[in-house]
Formats: sequence, structure tokens, C-alpha cells
Amino acid sequence: MQVNENFEPVIVAFCCNWCSYAGADLSGTNRLNYPANVKIIRVPCSCRVNPMFILRAFQKGADGVILCGCHPGDCHYTSGNYFTRRRITLLYSMLDFLGIERNRTRLEWVSAAEGAKFAAVMNQFVADVKKLGPNRRLEDLRCRKQ
Amino acid sequence: MQRIGVFVCHCGTNIAATVDVKAVAEALGHEPGVVISQEYQYMCSESGQDLVKNAIKENNLTGVVVCSCSPRMHENTFRKAAASVGLNPYLVEIANIREQCSWIHKDIASATDKAIILGKAAVAKVHLNAPLTAGESPVVKRALVIGGGIAGIQTALDIAEAGFEVDIVEKEPTIGGKMAQIDKTFPTLDCAACILTPKMVEASQNEKITIHSFSEVSDVKGFVGNFTVTIKKKARFVDETKCTGCGLCTEKCPMKKVPNEFNMGLDNRRAVYIPFAQAVPKVATIDPNYCMMLKNGKCGICSKVCSVGAIDYKQTDKFIEQKYGAIVVATGFNPIKLDKYDEFAYSYCPDVVTSLELERLMNAAGPNGGTLLRPSDKTHPHTIVFVQCVGSRCDDGKGKQYCSKICCMYTAKHAMLIREKYPDTEVYVFYIDVRTPGKNFDEFYRRAVEQYDVHYIKGMVGKVTPKADGKIDVQASDLISNEQLHIDADMVVLAAAIEPDKTARPLATMLTTQMDTNDFFTEAHPKLRPVESATAGIFLSGACQGPKDIPETVAQASAAAAKAIGLLCKNSITCNPCVAHSDELMCNGCSACEKVCPYGAITYQDKEFRMPNRTTAIRRVASVNPAVCQGCGACTVACPSGAMDLNGFSNSQIMAEVDAICK
Amino acid sequence: MQETIIKRAKELLADGTVNRVIGWKRGEFVYDITPAVFETAEEIDAEFVFDDFTQANVSKYLIKESRKEGKILAFLKPCDTYSFNQLVKEHRINRENVYVIGIPGGPKLDIEKIKAKGITGILDVKNENYTLKIKTLYGEETMPFYEAISGKCADCKSKKHVVYDELIGEDGDVLESNRFDMVEKLENMTAQERYDFWRGELSKCIRCNACRNVCPACTCENCVFDNPSSGVSNKAAADSFEENMFHIIRAFHVAGRCTDCGECSRVCPQNIPLHLLNRKFIKDINSLYGEYQAGADTTSKAPLNDYNTDDCEPSIVHERGVE
Repeated sequence: MQVNENFEPVIVAFCCNWCSYAGADLSGTNRLNYPANVKIIRVPCSCRVNPMFILRAFQKGADGVILCGCHPGDCHYTSGNYFTRRRITLLYSMLDFLGIERNRTRLEWVSAAEGAKFAAVMNQFVADVKKLGPNRRLEDLRCRKQ
Repeated sequence: MQRIGVFVCHCGTNIAATVDVKAVAEALGHEPGVVISQEYQYMCSESGQDLVKNAIKENNLTGVVVCSCSPRMHENTFRKAAASVGLNPYLVEIANIREQCSWIHKDIASATDKAIILGKAAVAKVHLNAPLTAGESPVVKRALVIGGGIAGIQTALDIAEAGFEVDIVEKEPTIGGKMAQIDKTFPTLDCAACILTPKMVEASQNEKITIHSFSEVSDVKGFVGNFTVTIKKKARFVDETKCTGCGLCTEKCPMKKVPNEFNMGLDNRRAVYIPFAQAVPKVATIDPNYCMMLKNGKCGICSKVCSVGAIDYKQTDKFIEQKYGAIVVATGFNPIKLDKYDEFAYSYCPDVVTSLELERLMNAAGPNGGTLLRPSDKTHPHTIVFVQCVGSRCDDGKGKQYCSKICCMYTAKHAMLIREKYPDTEVYVFYIDVRTPGKNFDEFYRRAVEQYDVHYIKGMVGKVTPKADGKIDVQASDLISNEQLHIDADMVVLAAAIEPDKTARPLATMLTTQMDTNDFFTEAHPKLRPVESATAGIFLSGACQGPKDIPETVAQASAAAAKAIGLLCKNSITCNPCVAHSDELMCNGCSACEKVCPYGAITYQDKEFRMPNRTTAIRRVASVNPAVCQGCGACTVACPSGAMDLNGFSNSQIMAEVDAICK
Repeated sequence: MQETIIKRAKELLADGTVNRVIGWKRGEFVYDITPAVFETAEEIDAEFVFDDFTQANVSKYLIKESRKEGKILAFLKPCDTYSFNQLVKEHRINRENVYVIGIPGGPKLDIEKIKAKGITGILDVKNENYTLKIKTLYGEETMPFYEAISGKCADCKSKKHVVYDELIGEDGDVLESNRFDMVEKLENMTAQERYDFWRGELSKCIRCNACRNVCPACTCENCVFDNPSSGVSNKAAADSFEENMFHIIRAFHVAGRCTDCGECSRVCPQNIPLHLLNRKFIKDINSLYGEYQAGADTTSKAPLNDYNTDDCEPSIVHERGVE
């Protein structure tokens, strides 16, 4: 596949307030680089992320969506990320079933202490999405064939 | 029409070095609804805050966006500033352009673009922010302590001391718990009863403390500050208010062969009994499993000898309901059952005992009146082998993976006491490691080794075999000298691992508190909030949270009391306003939200609704208790109809942010 | 069968056990069977029909009906009982107000399959020994019964009634069905092929909402797609989130609650195999979180409202099949 060097993907990252958002702050505090394509939306818990938000992002032009939460067992609210894990597994599996590229979606567990992991995850994710090119499939899944 | 103010912070050069703050302010000034967009060197400084405050007043702002450092840093600062000039604090949003932008990007152009997008997302969100008011919920000035061991007693005494009513619920007929069964305590070797029983008496005499002995918690409803607890007072077939504790019934009862649980089954009690002489309350209890009157209606001797007429064979379980502001869990521990440890012959050799059994054998109020005798033939043992870590630090699935923490010290105590009282007795201790952190603990252990000549052998006991001559063959390995040993012992004492009481798990379910896989209650934070559970208003005291010795238990008990007192002192508690709420008109009543709520904050009720054509209909709808909801949002996604939404992070707010970022 | 059902319905009306009966009646054409509520024996005699075209699942109607005064009699086929039970579990149906009679299920006929044979002007269809005698404006045609079986019956998952007050006929068993075959076939395609397949299918959608309206899991008081504050309601037809994502969101909303009754595909005027989306979720749930049949009982926790601490990670998607 041809990789467009100038392609700058739009990446939406949903981050749980207690772990991943703090982890993102930490990677900033430690001046760890990751591409500016990543824009973070703060949510109280990964379980607040409705699959509709993810679909909405793709439909509005996102090229990749990543969801970050506390590690299983560490949820600030006891069980939120366990629900997240089931919901998101099923959603991502469905998107795969519809033929959407797997690397456009990701779920990662990043703790408040894992600033380095946050940066590494984002670097990898942006690189993966860049390889895929712009999201066309999910944006116009229902457009009539020309 | 919204009037939004945008305030872009330079943070010295922290932001301004990589983000063109002027361009950000300029760009955001053109966003819909934005009436003022300014930048300033330090927005969080006094003068920066004044800038925000003045702008709010002068422009009559309905929303504020601060582009600055992480909201985790200064969200509260700007909320307070807004509130001080009359703008609802929840109409302030922060765009994180430092930690999540200027500090991670080097290229000014892309960092500035990103900062503008983050600012736009915050503006889009603040358009949809609603003023929120933190609710208040009253606090019932009464505490419940579940468990009447030393942890529960200490917590109750401390809370009562602060002037609040406390109820202790204890499942046994007397309070006192495990400490009442212990002979002496380390590292001071003072008698446990001498220091515990005065506290038990103090608890019973304290006007603020009500003891519900022989009782269990059967239901918990409500939330922090306002729990409603149902307590089951089990039928003891003796009227507590009449019984004087004279003990005549316990002497006359003809049913003599009931294993005495207080003495670990090493001797017998009657069917009507008082667990021990200093029991509190000192009231007899009839054991319905053995009482002939209760089983087949024949006997009634206790009733005849009772001069105050306290015996009541018709008594039934009673349920009482009480409201509490705080609940302290102090359910304690038990030694594990050793039936899986056949190699130690525990189940068939009476001279292989657990450490707690040894406590009773050595106790002056125990089955032998304090003389250490072998249970099998009542002879004096000359060689005693202690086995450490039986079921602790165990990876094979038979026992527990954790260290039970107290065994090293109590075994040193046992060894020392035996050598002190019976110098002709040889004492061997087989250990994996000796763990003695604690004030005066290592000195204590060294005394056992150095002054009392206890034989400490690093190694494992492989097999314990009773022999025909009454001796016990202990086969062990000495890891230091790398030898196989055989010791002809008279007694073997097993330091059984300790585990949480079996009542803890159902209780945790009732309280909606967390537990670890070992059934120990989980604290809200392992370091910074060690005596609180993650559920507001529930506190943890003693070994229910993890293995602890007496000093630690008492320390934690007082700490839990202090936390409970801190709560009870308040007349009301302020709630987090960013909680879920349900739109009753859209709610299906399907219970999906209730099933995912970790706090039990959602309840259902049947409500009457107006329907078309002047009719009404009864519908089942969810309602969220804002005092209990912690605002995680799990329910908002579980809800199929979208009736459930979250204040501060509503569906439309997050969608607006998504749209702003993806545009 | 129709006579037995009618007889029992009239008995229960007469003795006051129920004051209404929900069944089916014929529309303009013989094969056009729709649910209907009957209040008298006369109405039943006149219009009640139960034949090879009687497919409609009446469970969803019972949400409203069970909240009315008095008891209603409902005849439920095995597949309908799952939907009914699921709605009872979600507190949508007031179980006390419904008298359930389990009746035999399909296989039922799909008129489209008959029409596909080029048979038009259909006046009547009779099943004689598994040969269909079709009376048309242009004379009589015949075709084998099994060639006209509806898709949802061909993949039947169960002949067992999971809930009933009484049974007419015998109860059956849960079947070993091959209902996941098509899902599996799609899973084994490449991502591009899958995308082309779905794009082709979903592009046919005219957003008539028939799937939503018939679905016994889509019973919200107010659907998110009709609720402006949900953020997905967006009526402008072009560039609309709702338009593009409708079927994914709908399938996700019923995941773990869908009993696989097949009504969505049956009613789709564009013949989009919508049930495959639901079946994909069911298949994933079964393989990742343990076998679960929505509606099989009224007490178990729905898989999406439950969890295990050692559930798989979403990356499992990457480890499976081809991309």
C-alpha cells in the first residue's frame, strides 16, 4: 500500500481521569514526545465511553480512536474498566466484522505512573494509523455505491 | 445566548515557548459564543485570577474556558475564582495545553494548531455545561461497629469517647473475639485477659455503647451518613434483661458433652453456657443443637433452677432496624482449617495442635488450668516441635499465598513461655524465615534464641507420624546444615495461617465494598487511605483488612474510629455534583443501570405519569441517589434508551468535544 | 391447529381467565398476516388466523397490552417465548397480566421466496403434504414447501418453550442449529471483502425503521435516535451520523439482549441480512464470555452488564481470522 508521507491523521484519545489522563500529564511533565495528532478527551472512567462516541468520532473524520483506562483491578470505581473491556471488545470485533481496519481502534490500560507507556502507546498508534491512511470505510459505510 | 470568556495562559515560557498563545487567543476569539479572549503570563496567579474574575463581571460571562495546565492541577483554582464572582463553578472548563500539548510537542506550528483544537473542544463543551450545585445529605450521628473483638471494642470506645452513639454487633454470645482466647501477648508477655477484659467491661458500661451480642447484620441499605441496617438478634432462649449471669443453669444442665468452642473443642461445656467467666454480656445462652428441651421437649432443668425466670424456650430470632451515619467493619480472622494437611497428622493425632489450641492449653482458664499437658494422655510434654507457615506463603493452592504475619512472633512467645515454665522441655521451631519487624520484636525473638535456648531450625517439616509409644516422629530437613532430621516429639504445634472470617464476604456484598481474592476487605488506597473502604462511610478496623497483630489492630481501630468521628461530626456531607441522573420520561425501567452500579446508587420505583388523552400510567423508573453515586458513568452506557446521563460529562458534551476535535 | 387455538381462546375468554386475546389476522392478501387483539368470540371466529404465514412475534405488543386492565391471552411460538421472557426480565412486560399458551413453531413460509419463483397474482396458498398448491389469478402453481421456508425458520435455534402457562401440542428441544455459518463465512473473508459485503447491504437501507419497530429488544420508551439530547439523533439526511451508524448502534444496543428471533431481517423491505449483525454479537459473547441465550431465563446477568476479572482483552480481535 502506498503510504502518504504528508498524511496527518486525526486521532481521538479517550482517557480516564484517574489513570490514563494523569499518565498523559506525566508524559508531559517528563517531556516525552508523541505526535500532536493525538487529542485527548477526559472522561471520569473508561466505562463512561459510549460506543456511540467512538463511532461519532470516526464519522466526523477521525482516522483512529484509542481508549485508555486504568489497569484491570485498579479502577477508581471498582469495576468500570471491566465493563469497558467487554463493551469495547464487542464493539471492535463488530467493526472488524464490518471490514473496518483493525488498527484504527485500540484499547490500552495506562496507569497514572506510566507516562512513558502513554507516550510509547501514542507513538505506536499514530504510526499504525498513518500506515492505514485516511479513514474512508467507516466514514461512508452507508454511502450508495457509485 | 452564551457569553463565553477564553483565557490563555503562558505559564511563563512553559506554554508560550512552544505554543503561540496570541494566535490561540485570537483563533478562539472567533468561536461562536466567545465574547472575550485574552492571554496572560500566569493565569493562576492572583492577578491572573483577577483578570478572569473581572472579565466575568464586566462581560456577564455564562461560561469560562481556561487554556492552561492540566485540570488536575488548577481546575479547582479557577472554579473557586469563578464562584467568588457569582459564576457557577461548574461553568468553567480547562483546555490542557501544557502537559498535553506544549510540553510534548517541539514544533510551534503543530503545537499551536493542537492548542487551538483543544481550546475549541473546551468551548464546544462549555456551551453545554449546566450550572451544578453540590447537594447535601444529612448525617445520622450514630455508628455501627460490626465485630466485637479488640478491633471493634477499641473503635467503639473511641467513637463513644467523642460523644457519639455506637452499636457493636457481635455474632458470638460475648464480645472479646480472638484476643479473649489468647494467654499472653507479645512482646511484653502481659496476660491478654488482664488488658482485654477491662476494655470489655468499659464498653458494656459506656452509656453511648450498645452491644448486640449473638447478633448478625442481615441487611444494609442506604449510603454514607444515612445507612439503614437490619440486625438479626439470634434467639439465645435466655432473656438478656433478666439473666444475672449467676451461672447456676450452666452447672445444672445435664447435657455435658458439648464441645467447648471457646477452648477450641479441647474440653466440653453444657448445652446452656456462658463462654467464659469474664464474658460481656455475662448472660447464658442455650445451644439449640444440644438442648434436650428444645430438641424434644424433655428436660427444662435450667428453667427450674433459674431464680429470675430468664429462661425462655419460646424465644425466636428478632430483627431490629437502626439508622447509622458510619459503619466500621471489624470482622477479624480465623485460623484456617487444616484438614488438607494430612502430612502433619492434625486430624487424627490429638497431640498435634494449632497455636490457638496451645494458647488455650497454656491458659490458666483453659482446659488444664494452665498446666501444659498433652491432650492425649495428660502427661507433661518434654519435646515440642513448632512448625511455621502452615498454609501461609503457600503456592500449592492448599493454603494462602500471603504471610500471616503474626505467627513468627507468637511462636517465639510460646517457645519462650514454655522454656520459662518448663525448663526441662526442649523446643524446636522449624521456619522458612523469621519475620520480626516491629517495635521490640526482633529483640524478643533473639531473647527466645539466645536466653531461652529455643532451637530455631531453618527448614521444612515433611511429615509428622504418631508412633505406637505415644511419641510423634517429626521428619524435617535442616536447610543450613543440609541434613534430614528425625525428632521424637511429644507435641507438635502448627502455626496455621489466618484467614478472614467467613461472614466477611456476604457482608461485603451487603455493604457494596471491595474485597481482594483472599476475602480481605480492600482499603480505599493502600498507602494514603488505609482505614477507609472505597465505599464512602464504610471504614475498616483490624484483621478484616489484612493480617495484623494486636498493637497494629488497635492502632488501626483507633484510626478507623477517628475517620468515623470525622464523618459523624458533620451535620451534613457535600456530595459530588458530577453524578448520574435519569430522565424519567425516557427510562424503560429495565434495571440495566442498576446491575452495573458498583455503589448501589440506583433504585427503582413505580411512578405515575401523565399520558396522552388525560390518562395516567404507572411506570417503573430508575432514580439515582446523588449522595451515593460517585459519577463513574457505567450506567450511562448500560442504559439502552439514553435516559441515564452524567452531569459534567453528558453525552452531548462529550459528543461536542468529539465533533470539535474531528472537524 | 388453528381450530384448537381458537377453541381454547374462546374458552378462556368465556370463563373470564382473560378479557382479551392477542393473535393474528389477515390483511389484504392471504399471506399478509399481522398481529391483532380480539375482545370477543365473534371477532375471533371472524378473523383469527394461524397458518403457515403466521410468523409475527407478538411479544413486543405485550409491553403495552400487559399494562392494561385485565389479563390478556397470548399465543407464543418457541422463538417468541424467548423474546417474551427477556422482556419480563427487563421489567417491560407485566407477567401477571399475560396468560401464555405455548404453540408449535415453524417452519413458516416466506412469500418472497414464492414470488421469487416468478409466481404472481397469488390468491391462496395451501400446503398439501409439503407441496404448496398456489392459486393465482392466472391459474394454479405448485412448488415444494421446503423451498419457501423463511430464513429465520431455516436457522431455527430452539423448539423449546421457555415460558408458558399451558401448552398446545408438544414441547421441543433446543436445536443444534447452523445459524452462525454465515457469520463464520464472513469472518473468514478479508477485511476488504467484508467491507464490500456490508457496504453493499447497508447501502440498500432506506431507513424505514421497520427493523427497529418490529424488534422485541428495541422497546425503549423513547429511542435514542428520536431523542435530540442523545447526540445521535440527527435528522438532516446528508452527512448524518445517524444515517451511517444506525445499524451498528442498533445492534450494539440490543447486544446481550437480542434473542435472535430474526424478525429484523424478516421485515426488512430491502432484504438486508440485519440478523447477521446481531448474530455476530451473540457468537462473540458465546465464545468470549460463555454460552448465553437471552431470554432463556429471567434471572441471569446480561453479559454486557457483567464481567470476569480475567476476561479477554479487545486485542483478541487482532489475533483472530484474517484482516
